[in-house]
Formats: sequence, structure tokens, C-alpha cells
Amino acid sequence: MATAAKTTKAKATKKSAPKKETNAKSGKSMTRTIQVDELSRVEGEGALFVRVKDGVNKEWKFRLVEPPRFFEAFLQGRSYMEVPDITARICGICPMAYLMGAQQAMEDALGIQVTKPIRDLRRIMYCGEWIESHVLHAAMLHAPDFLGLDDVLQLAATNKDVVTNALQLKKLGNDLLEVIGGGRAIHPVNTRVGGFYKIPSKKALYALKDQLKWGIEASIAIAKLFGTFEFSDYEDDYHCVSLRHPDEYAIVEGRVVTNRGIDIPVRDFHKQFKEVHAQHTTALQGWTRDNEPYLTGPNARYTNNYSQLTKLAKEVAKEVGLGTTCFNPFKSILVRMVETVYACEEALRLINNYEEPDVPFIESTPKASEGFGMTEAPRGVCYHSYKMDHNGHILKAVISSPTAQNQPQIERDLFGVVERSLDLDEAALKHRCEQTIRNYDPCISCSAHLLRLTMVRE
Amino acid sequence: MVVTTRTKKTTKSTKSGAERRYRPKVAVWKFASCDGCQLSLLSCEDDLLDVVGEIEIAYFLEATTAVIKGPYDLSLVEGSITTEHDAQRIRKIRQQSKKLITIGACATSGGIQALRNFGDVDHFIRSVYARPDYISTLRTSSPIHEHVPVDFELRGCPINKNQLVEVINATLNERAPNIPHVSQCVECKKNGTVCLMVAKGVPCLGPVTHAGCGNLCPSTDRGCFGCFGPSEAPNGPSLARQLEKLGMSKQEIRDFFRSYNGNAGAFRETSEAYD
Repeated sequence: MATAAKTTKAKATKKSAPKKETNAKSGKSMTRTIQVDELSRVEGEGALFVRVKDGVNKEWKFRLVEPPRFFEAFLQGRSYMEVPDITARICGICPMAYLMGAQQAMEDALGIQVTKPIRDLRRIMYCGEWIESHVLHAAMLHAPDFLGLDDVLQLAATNKDVVTNALQLKKLGNDLLEVIGGGRAIHPVNTRVGGFYKIPSKKALYALKDQLKWGIEASIAIAKLFGTFEFSDYEDDYHCVSLRHPDEYAIVEGRVVTNRGIDIPVRDFHKQFKEVHAQHTTALQGWTRDNEPYLTGPNARYTNNYSQLTKLAKEVAKEVGLGTTCFNPFKSILVRMVETVYACEEALRLINNYEEPDVPFIESTPKASEGFGMTEAPRGVCYHSYKMDHNGHILKAVISSPTAQNQPQIERDLFGVVERSLDLDEAALKHRCEQTIRNYDPCISCSAHLLRLTMVRE
Repeated sequence: MVVTTRTKKTTKSTKSGAERRYRPKVAVWKFASCDGCQLSLLSCEDDLLDVVGEIEIAYFLEATTAVIKGPYDLSLVEGSITTEHDAQRIRKIRQQSKKLITIGACATSGGIQALRNFGDVDHFIRSVYARPDYISTLRTSSPIHEHVPVDFELRGCPINKNQLVEVINATLNERAPNIPHVSQCVECKKNGTVCLMVAKGVPCLGPVTHAGCGNLCPSTDRGCFGCFGPSEAPNGPSLARQLEKLGMSKQEIRDFFRSYNGNAGAFRETSEAYD
């Protein structure tokens, strides 16, 4: 796989780049090239290009270069009922974001209101996805960075209990998905537009209660351990974008809000935020209408909706050193564990109150319409919009995945981190860049794969 | 579910002087895909530490930074070939691998992204990207076996993690994997699941679909929708005629066969008859 990265001469330099020029006459400007052919421990692959001139970071680009798969194109002409299962295949790590986002968009288009038990079941499943995805990322992919290890297996060699508990927690998340989702956690089969194919029994859900009680304790213990890591003090003034719901820490629905005062319904999302097709990446980037990057994901949710966490989750946050907002991207590992504590509590609460619905799903009849859906995927807001004709055949599909939206912000973080770390040797700097990207748990399979770091020092 | 490997003694000795057991080198490679099949390996939570105790993970970017050079005893390949670069990459991987096993619908049939094979890829590019000139891709999404010889194909969208452990175990012990190539109907009979198509008139691809998922959809009151691709000797046209009798339109029948494994031989032929 170690293919030589093409060092594309970039056309545009970011506006905010320092403008200091080199003295060309001296002829002494040094060019150093750092190249990472692949990035490990991310859900996918991408590439990074950094150019440094006379000790100043001049240019930086984060690329998602997985071959495009054209979901939005081949959905055209398919039945609205097929769409959620197809879009689930965008990502094997967070299929719920695509199943549920598409289902809600279709329900929005057709004017369907699901019943409370159906909504609760969806939220429990989503808690399951947060648990399995957060623990996979935090404990198995991210934690080794803070300990100077290659992977979770090395961590298991020194601290087997932590890894065993993390694996059991991840399994608990998968169990929630499997019990409601029809037997498998990756691309569950039991969900559909309007609800479910088969009603999950109270008995099957109650059987998970003890595990969830254990899960709360286990995730607190892991959060506390991660709280002892040494963190960079790097922070940025993030524009945090998340859902907000009046009654709960938003997961499955809400309005789109930001910490700079935007508060809009989901259907207006692309009036305030836009997708840009940059040459260096196959995933469309997310920008505000004012051409600024924005942040979505755990830190954005935490910053916008901290007050809606449970008392226990807040206590854990305080104990591991988090405030009421989090602008340090490296501390996203802590926020993920706080959200895991919350997800275990919330799933337990919902299961305790669960009453089986009378019918597994609400019937739908297609009509010419347009609908919108958005959920909080583990990595941030995932937007869906569809237009269908009177037969329910899709005319237009637009899907914005969290990692695609975060790309410009990841680039800005990389710029900031590289600027502070130019005195590091090549290997250490490379590692620092990789860590910065892994803060985002970039689920690059949303669109793209293969990270290469190309660093030119002039 | 425990993986055990033949005890081969290496000539190398550890520092203590004791001989250590040879651990086969296993690599996991990704092409165009959703990552779900390689994630299945990490989803073997109860067995993960046992499994990796018996093998040496030589290349698995989703899980580890450590990379060990080939050749590899076993390569697991996820994803389909959609670029010229990837077509060359899989050939290099084959050269480095004693055994090569493809995992999942993308690698064995081309996956959902092979829907481009039935359309015009230029139109696809134009409808997704503002700047089509930035995009480089092959006109088709093709399975790995169209590019290099494959020792075993494990089906599913996604694969079944228990079958994955069985295939790894069997391959490293040089026996044939115990993976039946029968249809989903057999799984229904084994599980005592009432036939949805006969009893309720629910459209179902079970009669032509490879078993292995664990009888998930029929036991969830949902017709099989073909995640595991064609079974051994499927009769697509016959099932399609039955689906017509159930009231499905031509387009519905075409699309039913044309999804996650739409590019796989029997499914492809049946769907093309309804174009």
C-alpha cells in the first residue's frame, strides 16, 4: 500500500496563512519533505500535505482520497423505502446515522409522525451506536497515542483489564443495536421508514439492564483513567455546530444551533452551511456561508448542550478536568467517554420506561415531496435531504457526513498544531499530525480513504 | 470460537533461549468499501484477544500503526476495485500473500458502488461533484477475483463475524472452511422460520441468496434482500416470475436483484432481464 504520494503543487494558499516571504537571493532556503503514506487507526484513509517555508507554515491540506462511490447519484430512481438500507452502506462504523437520517427525511417528506415507543427504540439504538463507536475510538484507536503505543494490543499487554472492559463496553453497544436491530450491529435489518419490521420485546430489552448498570461504572472508570493522560494545551476558537432539543441531550433530532447564535430548523441547514468541492479531496468540504470552517462532533455537542447532560455525567466531566465547554481537540477523548457514560444512563432510563408499541411501524404512501433529516452521529451532525416523485422514486439526494464537514476545521487544527511544533524532528512532527487527525476519529470511509502526509520544508 | 494454529517451531529463539511458536502473519487490506467488514474483526469482542494471540497482525491500518513487511501468510481483502491505482495495488498484495481471502460484498461482487456498472459514470460524477475534472475513477466497480486469483470468498454485506473466525481458523490450519453454499431457505428451515413468501406473500430473495447471515431478515418478519449474494445454483428467473405473481412491478423486481450484490453473476443476469 505504501505508494509514493503525489506532491501536488497547490494552487491556493489559505487566506489566514502568514505572509512572510523568503529571501530568495540567499539561496539558502532549505526544503525538507515529510511524507506519510498512510494513516493508521482511523476509519478510513486520507492524505496530508504541509509546506513550510523558512520555518513558517505556508500551506496545508487534508485530503480524503478514497475513490468516490457516488451514493447520491445511484440513489436517483430508487424507491424511498430502499434508501435507508442503501445509505447505511456509506459507513460500517456508524450505519445508524445513515439509516435513521434517511428514514426521518422520508417521514418528514410524507408527513409521518412516529409513536413515542418507536422514537424511544431509535434513541436506544443510537445510544448503542455512540457506545460502540466512542469506545472503539477512544480506547482502541485514540488512547494508544497518549501512551506512545502502536495499538490497543500493546495496551492489552500492559493493562489487560482496561482493554477487556473496553471490549465488553463496545460489545454492550453492539448488543443494544443487535437486540433492536434484528441481530446485527453493522447494517441492522430491523429498521424501516415509519419504524421497525418487528417489535423488540420488553423481555429482550430488560435483559440488558444489568449490563448497562455495569456499563455506567465501567465507562466512568475508563474516563477517569484517560483523565490522567497528559494533554496538549492547544485550543481554537471553534464555531460549534450541533443539534439541540428542548428536552434532552440531542441525539436523534432537534434544531441546528451553534455557539455563535445560529438556531435554525434542519431544512434550512444548507442555507447557513455549504458544501465545497475542493480539488485536493474527494469529500465535499463543509463551510459556513461566510467561508469559515466549523466544528461538529463530541466537543461541539458538549459545548452547546452541556447543561442537558445528567448529573452523573457532569460529575465525571468535572473529575476528569473538563469545564462546561471544550475547545481542546485532544480532550475529545474525554468528552467521548463522558458521552459514553451518558449513553449508558440514557439507554437504561429508556429501557426502564419502555412499553411495546401497538404497531411496529406507521404506514406510508408516497407522494411528490421533499424531506430533511439530521441526527448526531458519533462524529457529528449527519444531514440528509431527498426529493421524490409521486411514485416515491428519488429525484435528488444530498447527504453531508460529519467528517466531510469537519475537513476544513481539521486542516485549521493541523495548521495550528504544526505551527507550534516546527522544532520537532520529522518523525515526531508526523506523529503529532496523525494525532491531530485522530482527535476527530475521522470516519473517512464516509467518502474517502488513504492518508498520506507530504511535508515540504523550504 | 477459538482460533488455534498448527504449532510450527521457528528456528529463532527468544532471549530466554526457549523456542517460540510461529504465529502466521495476517494482513487486512481495504479498497472501496464502508469499513464494516474489517470492523467485524474488531467486533469479535469476546474472542479478539484470543484471535490475535494466535496470529501476528502484520498490517491492519484500522487497528494499528505497526506495519510488518510481507510476505504474508494470509491477506484479508475488503472493498472493490474502482481506480487504476487500486488495480495495481491488489496485484502487488497478491504477490506478497500465500493465501488471499476476500471479505464482504464489495470485494466478492463489486458492492453497492457497482451500481455505476449499470449507468453512466460520467453522469454520476456530474450529479455529485461541482468539478467533474477533479475526479478520477474507473467506469466500473469490480470484485477482486476479476483482478487476481482468490483462495476463498466470504460473502455478506456485512460478513458474519463467526464465519470470519472460521475462515481464518480453517485457512491457517490448511483445511477447507465450513461455510455452506446453500440458500437462505435452508436457514429458514433449520431455524423453523415460517416462509414469509408462502404464508404472507412477502417478497423475499431467500430462495436465491447465499446463507450465512444467521437467518436475520426472515426471523424479523422481513423478506431477505440479498446481502450475501447468490447461493450455489440459484434460479433467478423462476423467483422473478414468482415475484411478478406477488404484484411487484418490473422496476421493483430489477432493483430487488440490483443492490449490494447487483453485479454478481446470477443477480445481474436476472435484473438485466427486467431492464
